Amino acid sequence: MKNLLTSFLLIFSLSITASAQQHDHEQHDGHQHSDHDGHDHIQEADPALKVPNAGGAHIDGDNHHQTDGHTHAGDHGAHHEPNACGIVTHHEFDPGALAFHHISDQNVYNVGPWKFPLPCILKTHGSKKIEFFSSGKFNADYHMTGTNAYNGYVLYEGIVRRVVGDFPDGLIDIGHNALGVEQEEVDGKARDVVYLCHNGNKLRCDNKSTLDGGLFGGGITSFTDFSITKNVLSMIFMVFLMSWLFLTIAKRYREREGKAPSGVQGLFEPIIVFIQDEVAKPFIGHKWEKFLPFLLTIFFFILGLNLFGQIPFLGGSNVTGSLSVTMVLAIIAFLVTNLNGNKHYWEHIFWMPGVPAWVKTILTPVEFLGVFIKPLTLMLRLFANITAGHMVMVIFVSLIFVFSKNGTSVLGGYGTSIASGLLTVFMMAIELLVAFIQAFVFTILTASYIGAAVEEHHHAEEHH
Amino acid sequence: MGGSVAALGMGLAVIGAGIGIGMIGSRAMEAIARQPEAVGDIRANMILTAALIEGAALIAIVMAFLVA
Repeated sequence: MKNLLTSFLLIFSLSITASAQQHDHEQHDGHQHSDHDGHDHIQEADPALKVPNAGGAHIDGDNHHQTDGHTHAGDHGAHHEPNACGIVTHHEFDPGALAFHHISDQNVYNVGPWKFPLPCILKTHGSKKIEFFSSGKFNADYHMTGTNAYNGYVLYEGIVRRVVGDFPDGLIDIGHNALGVEQEEVDGKARDVVYLCHNGNKLRCDNKSTLDGGLFGGGITSFTDFSITKNVLSMIFMVFLMSWLFLTIAKRYREREGKAPSGVQGLFEPIIVFIQDEVAKPFIGHKWEKFLPFLLTIFFFILGLNLFGQIPFLGGSNVTGSLSVTMVLAIIAFLVTNLNGNKHYWEHIFWMPGVPAWVKTILTPVEFLGVFIKPLTLMLRLFANITAGHMVMVIFVSLIFVFSKNGTSVLGGYGTSIASGLLTVFMMAIELLVAFIQAFVFTILTASYIGAAVEEHHHAEEHH
Repeated sequence: MGGSVAALGMGLAVIGAGIGIGMIGSRAMEAIARQPEAVGDIRANMILTAALIEGAALIAIVMAFLVA
């Protein structure tokens, strides 16, 4: 077991360092390419520098300085190489941007070097037609940026965007380095805006419409994305997995009535009984049987997706760390709670019994807001915890690239890859715990909200 | 400027939540030490209370994100 772990760590760190060195090669190419610019610059600067410094030592020192400056300029050029429209298409390695890219939903499912195209279902606002095509049409490159445009849509870093303005329909080869991002002030906030360079024209690309409250720059844009994205595919997979698992378990119970549980049945029985005895019964009360299926569904759905996102080298889809998914889960919890709310529940919100009238004027708005804040926190808690876990993992792996200076420092690369591999394994162990805790917390809180809504109020009456 | 103020607010919110969850954890540990047979009930309530405090901190963090 110990040997297995050690060899795993070794392979992990070596493979990461290997990719770091690959990056180095790319960078080297870029450096040579931009040598021209740097050289011209030096020739221009040379006379100006030589005139004031006549002393030998000074020239030496200056030359040294100049070479340094040249290397720097070369590096700079390699990373910030603008295309024909002056859009920067390659940026320096940015761990934060990489982490945000990792947690975002994608229109391509990529596992290691393999890219699996997914169906795109796109609705352009203002036209009745719904586009339906495979994201393979974009012919994505290594950075998941499409080298083709299709019917006015482009793929940038795995996400479909729509070109605004005069752009022809059909399959159009836009080539590499055509898409880039620029920071722009939108509604007083700095936002990244994607631009396409086509035949020397700079065209703005819209993001898909989102209703995330502007958290990630959302809003209604020129199209809506109904695609089967990476997250949707993961959810469909999880639905089938869960259906298969639980139908198998149910069949086992029918066949082996009165006998001890076996196999997968034995694995899940303690968890199901735990939700029943520790969550449903104490928090909901005597109506627990009605809500147990709902609680079990929500628990296993969240747990399954949390764990699915944790499996390394399998795409790491961040489903429960997506605001839209947690929002839908929270809305379902909200509806189940409030549709089952009895007279006492509503009375306690709008006209709390047993308190003076002037307190009620303060209490009623607060209680009423609480009805909406409860599902809001459910949504945010799951989202924030799972997203933070995914980001931490990416940041730890990114440390290798930061300390190896994009592959130029081999010692830094190897040294950090071992430390970072260990840290990542440690974080994964914690995330495994978080996956269970967050699924449990979501279920227990939903149960307590439902419990408060269906509670018969004779307990309190007895105390009065 | 707005971004740094938001970051500061985020940090303050997390300090509050940290103190709160820390107190819950310490009291829960004491309670478990005193009554080991009630460990199940204490754990469930500990997680529930911690989740409620975490909710307040999360709202502050999201507000900070929106302001930044």
